[in-house]
Amino acid sequence: MDYAVIGQRVPRVDAREKVTGAAKYAADYSLPDMLWCKVLRSPVVHAKILNIDTSKAERLPGVRAVITARDFGGWTWGFMATTRDEPPLAMGKVRYLHEAVAGVAAIDEEIAEEATELIKVDYEELPGVFDPEEAMKVGAPVIHDYRPNNVSVEYHWNYGDVGKAFAESYIVREDRFKTGRVTKGYLEPPASLAYYDPSGSITVWPAKQSPYFHYRHLAACFRLPLSKVRVVQPFIGGAFGGTKNDSVAGDFCAVMASKKTGKPVKFVYSQEEELSTSKRRHSMITYSKMGATKDGLLTAVQAKVIAEGGAYTAIGPLSMYLAGSSIPIPYKLENFKYDGYRVFTNNPVCAAMRGHGITHTRFAHDLQMEMIAEELGIDFIEMRLRNAIDNPKPGTVYRTVNDVTLKTCGMKEALTAIKEDPIWAQREHTPKKVGSTSFGVGISGTAYSGGARQLGHQACGAVIRLCEDGSVNLLTGATDCGQGSDTVLCMIAAEELGVKLDDVVIKRVDTAYTPCDPGSYGSRVTLLAGQATQIAAAEVKKQLLEAAAKTWSIKPEDIQIRNSVVSLKSNPDKTMTFENLAKLACYSGSGAVILGKGYSSYGLEPLDFKTGSGNSGTSYSFTAQATRLGIDLETGHTTVTDFLIAHDCGRPLNPIGAETQNEGGAVQGLGQAIYEEFVMKRGETLNPTFLDYKMPRSMDVPDIRIIDIITDDPDGPYGAKEASEGSHVSAPPSVISAIHDATGIWFKEQPVTPEKIVKALKEAGKWMKK
Amino acid sequence: MKEIRITVNGKPYELSVRPHATLLEVIREGLGLTGTKEGCGVGECGACTVIMNGKSVNACLVLAPEADGKEITTIEGLANGDKLDPIQQAFYEIGGLQCGFCTPGMIMSTKALLADNPEPSDQEIRKGLEGNFCRCTGYTKIFESVREASRKSRG
Repeated sequence: MDYAVIGQRVPRVDAREKVTGAAKYAADYSLPDMLWCKVLRSPVVHAKILNIDTSKAERLPGVRAVITARDFGGWTWGFMATTRDEPPLAMGKVRYLHEAVAGVAAIDEEIAEEATELIKVDYEELPGVFDPEEAMKVGAPVIHDYRPNNVSVEYHWNYGDVGKAFAESYIVREDRFKTGRVTKGYLEPPASLAYYDPSGSITVWPAKQSPYFHYRHLAACFRLPLSKVRVVQPFIGGAFGGTKNDSVAGDFCAVMASKKTGKPVKFVYSQEEELSTSKRRHSMITYSKMGATKDGLLTAVQAKVIAEGGAYTAIGPLSMYLAGSSIPIPYKLENFKYDGYRVFTNNPVCAAMRGHGITHTRFAHDLQMEMIAEELGIDFIEMRLRNAIDNPKPGTVYRTVNDVTLKTCGMKEALTAIKEDPIWAQREHTPKKVGSTSFGVGISGTAYSGGARQLGHQACGAVIRLCEDGSVNLLTGATDCGQGSDTVLCMIAAEELGVKLDDVVIKRVDTAYTPCDPGSYGSRVTLLAGQATQIAAAEVKKQLLEAAAKTWSIKPEDIQIRNSVVSLKSNPDKTMTFENLAKLACYSGSGAVILGKGYSSYGLEPLDFKTGSGNSGTSYSFTAQATRLGIDLETGHTTVTDFLIAHDCGRPLNPIGAETQNEGGAVQGLGQAIYEEFVMKRGETLNPTFLDYKMPRSMDVPDIRIIDIITDDPDGPYGAKEASEGSHVSAPPSVISAIHDATGIWFKEQPVTPEKIVKALKEAGKWMKK
Repeated sequence: MKEIRITVNGKPYELSVRPHATLLEVIREGLGLTGTKEGCGVGECGACTVIMNGKSVNACLVLAPEADGKEITTIEGLANGDKLDPIQQAFYEIGGLQCGFCTPGMIMSTKALLADNPEPSDQEIRKGLEGNFCRCTGYTKIFESVREASRKSRG
């Protein structure tokens, strides 16, 4: 297709503000007379709260308000009506270390902090449980009375006949895989500035990737109509799911303190607070049984997944849904059984994170397939090519056994691209060992769903307002938390209207003005807010073409607009500027208001939690990834030198943006594969700092190359699907496949740290002392 | 309280600060220059990198009295009116940023790096930015931006 704007390498629309330091994030906002809010956190892991005495704190000069659970009148929130188990502040009981118990607002941060220390809380400690498999045992401490067995979510899905398929298989393997306790690791800690004004309306400037979640939480918590809740979105310093989708104790305390005092109240969590208390990714244990024929064709998969949920349910039902529903992609599979358990423990709450749910089982099954290939003597790419789902012919659909439908699938093309690249094709010709370093090349082939579905309101909306000078305002409810969606949405508006990118200005979310939107999660913005923008632009364009047709006394369909020039299709020399047309249209009659609105229609069927049948997203991306690395056989240190990522994002709309998304997603996946893990001891996070919770730095990252696999999905604007969650999911199995190539050892638990490597090398008699 | 004199982005200030206030607090709250970010507050992320007497420092680790008599440059001091500094221009064009929270610190570290070593090797770029954490980009386009800035600055 011949696009004027789509597919161009353009700078981000917010780049100038970001490189000059002008971009304001939540912590950068302040108002005159503002108070500071601090949260008191529990020093115990699991306990009844017998009494909270706030009198001393209230008497401290400078303190203006003290907040406890009582102020919220028993309100709780959660993902489903049946799982609303989380209170703004601990209510009657604390369930994890450092759970928020009270809040203080004072004239400065230090006084607020000091006052929290003056609050006296009497606890009656209860036994704790910290391992999900222990928590499932009869007699384990009960964390929530409404779930006496500690299982917060449970699914049992069964497709085909796994028993028969295993019996008929040539080979069957059973393995236990585990993903680590990891977190999003964004740089900007949670923060907000809140003002409950005398008219009884709330305005907040919070660090949220999905402001409309917060909007609903505040309305429900403070029993206000939504029309009185205004969430104004600042720039967002990274998100990646979980915490910034949700609301945190500081959010509720700041608003409550503002209500009590009539003053604006601000909070900023410390990074240590974020890392030790905020929502993190589930750690999942996957007991997987996989069968195959002699030729390596998969026959059946049976997966029992036990997820550590932490102290509350949060979005756990969806995490467990995604872990199961994605099992039959990207490899053909007629028989699968999934038993998913999400289990409460006295650890911090686990929730969504980039690669949500899917990363756990995909990691297990991608590696297990390689193990089977090794046993059968089949090349790892060949094994994947034999099993990969074919790209459906245009107009047709591939349907998995659980009714996941694919209209495009670039898995085979992506694998082939890697196979033909020197990194794979010449791997036998590069040295395998130099000194004490052993080199390896690994591969993965994975899928991810984009355009996520959830419960309730699912559509994204867009409003386009034409100004009389030909410039354009775009309003959507979507949030750019760094991924670059504001740029892509402006590109879409410019493409559809035929104007230059610079002529489109996007406004960040302000719930008082922008259309309601579910949020920026599940790789949904480009697809769904993108479609909404297309529809809104088409509505504006229709009005403009009618105005031009009237002036030129021809039909609207005979006119084209491109690069801000309006011309006749049959005679391109007959032109007027877009600015002139805008003026003409806006000034027609007594003056016209040119507005367009649209909302997305892709992917609206609800999720079926009972059976796991149907789509979790609108479309699916496919990623093949090669990794080259070296392992020091003495120290176990891994140096990753190369990533080659062949990614089917349908079509990259802004290639710079899609590349960075893939690069960033893969490096975050690298962190999980070999570095990152919270070290926990009886509910305490022992490494809640950037120094001790090791994430990839400039010295650690490989050279990354990206190959775009173009499949043009019919259910996405200009054929687009998702970018970044795919490469995030493909990275860990690819890295761990390469570690196997270098050491001959299969590692089934993330992260594969130097300690684990040295231990395994010693056990295998391969440890090398220099 | 302690009296200090500092020059920030070419402008002299006489300030009265608490002895334990950090340079970061002075810049952000005292002077309202919020371009410098606080990611961790304990010197582990580099988001608050500024240049003090020609050297890059984590502003969260410098006590305000230590900055007395020093010349400080923050991200707001790089552009010349509407004209971006070549480093800012390179990050802008190449796309060496996503959420932007690490960007001011990343650019200030690049400024110090290129001042010391106008033509850094790939390894020297990685080393020069080791103290600046970025979670979004995977660093690839940040490295490209630094190379581009180095090329541009040398003409």
